[in-house]
Amino acid sequence: MSTGPGQPAAAAQSEEDVATLVTGHSRQPSLLSLLRRSPIGLIGTGIISLVIVLAVISPLIVPHDPIRGNLRTRYKPPGFIGDDGAFHLLGTDQLGRDIFSRILVGSRVSVLVGVVAVMIAGTIGVLYGLTSGFLGGRVDGFMMRICDAMLSIPFVIRVVAISGIVGPGLVTLILILGLSGWVTYARVIRGEVLKARENDYVLAAWSIGQRPLWVVLHHILPNVIASAIVLAALQVGITMLAESSLSFLGLGVKPPTVTWGIQLADGKSVINSAWWMTAYPGIAITITVLGVVFLGDWLRDSLDPNVRGRD
Amino acid sequence: MQQFIATRIVQGLITLIIVSFLAFFLVRLKGDPVDITAPPTFNEDQKQRLRELWGFDKPLAEQYVIFITRAVTGDFGIAYLSKRPAMELVIERLGATWLLAGVASLIGLSVALPLGIISSLKRNSLFDLGSTMLASIGTAMPSFWLGLMMIIFFSVRLRLLPAFGARDPSAIIMPSLTMGVGMAAYLSRLTRSAMLEVLNEDYVRTAYSKGLITRTVVFRHAMKNALIPIMTVFGLQLGWLLGGSVVVESVFSWPGLGRLMIDSIGVRDNTVVQAALLFFSLSFISINIVIDILYAVIDPRIRFD
Repeated sequence: MSTGPGQPAAAAQSEEDVATLVTGHSRQPSLLSLLRRSPIGLIGTGIISLVIVLAVISPLIVPHDPIRGNLRTRYKPPGFIGDDGAFHLLGTDQLGRDIFSRILVGSRVSVLVGVVAVMIAGTIGVLYGLTSGFLGGRVDGFMMRICDAMLSIPFVIRVVAISGIVGPGLVTLILILGLSGWVTYARVIRGEVLKARENDYVLAAWSIGQRPLWVVLHHILPNVIASAIVLAALQVGITMLAESSLSFLGLGVKPPTVTWGIQLADGKSVINSAWWMTAYPGIAITITVLGVVFLGDWLRDSLDPNVRGRD
Repeated sequence: MQQFIATRIVQGLITLIIVSFLAFFLVRLKGDPVDITAPPTFNEDQKQRLRELWGFDKPLAEQYVIFITRAVTGDFGIAYLSKRPAMELVIERLGATWLLAGVASLIGLSVALPLGIISSLKRNSLFDLGSTMLASIGTAMPSFWLGLMMIIFFSVRLRLLPAFGARDPSAIIMPSLTMGVGMAAYLSRLTRSAMLEVLNEDYVRTAYSKGLITRTVVFRHAMKNALIPIMTVFGLQLGWLLGGSVVVESVFSWPGLGRLMIDSIGVRDNTVVQAALLFFSLSFISINIVIDILYAVIDPRIRFD
């Protein structure tokens, strides 16, 4: 079913929509009312909100010190209770640190890196795509060749190479992920700009003598921003996965900072005996990224007019 | 057609030149490579001799010209550590990575295509819901973690498969499965939506109304058109696969290009890092040119100009 903005009646799939249409408050159903109808959107939002809340309050609620452990209780399996009555829900690691506490605190790096790196990448990518698509011609061709070159080195290899050479650290890591991730946005936004600038109202804006910068910011940007938001949501997951890969390889954040990737790297060397050190941090990553994927899918279905209604 | 192939190859070469530029400057990002690689016992005099030996005393532009003119003849310099030509090391490992990526792609495609097609035919069924859920989990899971879990299960618990290396033929099973799952997850969702789009077309309805059975409609009519977006994404996913190989090869100690690169980065072996980057990019570019050409084979409507 096609639900273009020109046919609001076709979008009315529920009474809420009809109500919005009748009252005339909004031609498009609000995101909130769409969210109420979508289980995927709800689950995604739920997971993400939970992870963000936990990331923020984790230092206050951790049952044990995530950085200093008890050397007498090393490699203890899940559910272990120490002599002093300390309860370790998910077991302990090679330094006797509580894995559950470390997973809670580890969420901070994932959230921080995921969000900030994507914001950097998105800003650069949108600006690059706008410039390239708007200028067109040779400049566009050249700018897109640079994108091709960047894309021909796969993302993970790009970040592994750069961070291997530049060195580890939280800020460096965020910058590297941000500065290598913009290409995807640039490509998509440039394509959208090429479509958007053919619109009659853009021609109208030109013909009444508006300045190029004004045309780009007021007539073209609003048309492409939805795609950028959808892409950003999908990229958060990819960025979080890349962060865990890098930390796993020892190229990301260094201890004593706690991240899920570092926990996996710790677990790998004792994979024969202490499976819980590997299993739980991975589950934490999977659930978090799953939340982002759900949210991204839902956003794409409800925001992006190109995909909407097809699936 | 020939002209199209020629244009694509020229474009690919231009891309490769830009990549060589990026690779060249990347390894010099952190300043003087000699300061980092030389043993700490070296005095300034010895370091200077190293610089001259490796050509780091020349201006950057000249260094680049030397690098690129040698690179086109397949000479990337001598690896610092193993004292062997970097090119030789890379070629040696390239086969293992391609083999892994090839088997993983086969696994990915042979899972994704049937899953996606059945899902699209039984839209919103329990099967569809289940495979969509599995696919979402597959995309959300770090592939190397799946590999680690497989090691715990198949190597540690069941003692069925070797946990690392490439000596035993069965050693490829786990790394290729690890990489194939992610690809299967992504491609099955794409196959589903590509098929759904095609199945709504008039000619598919016509084919059904002629009384053709589902199998004929799906494979002779719908599938051919759905294949085009699937192939495009497959080409791009190969890049993702090659990227994942860096981590997965480290998990399983698979002797491929990815692990060579990680090891070389660890010891700051710039010659090998540059060569590895270029060969990753070369693999990706060539595969995508082949896919572009395949479009014309599948869809004769596509004209190149």
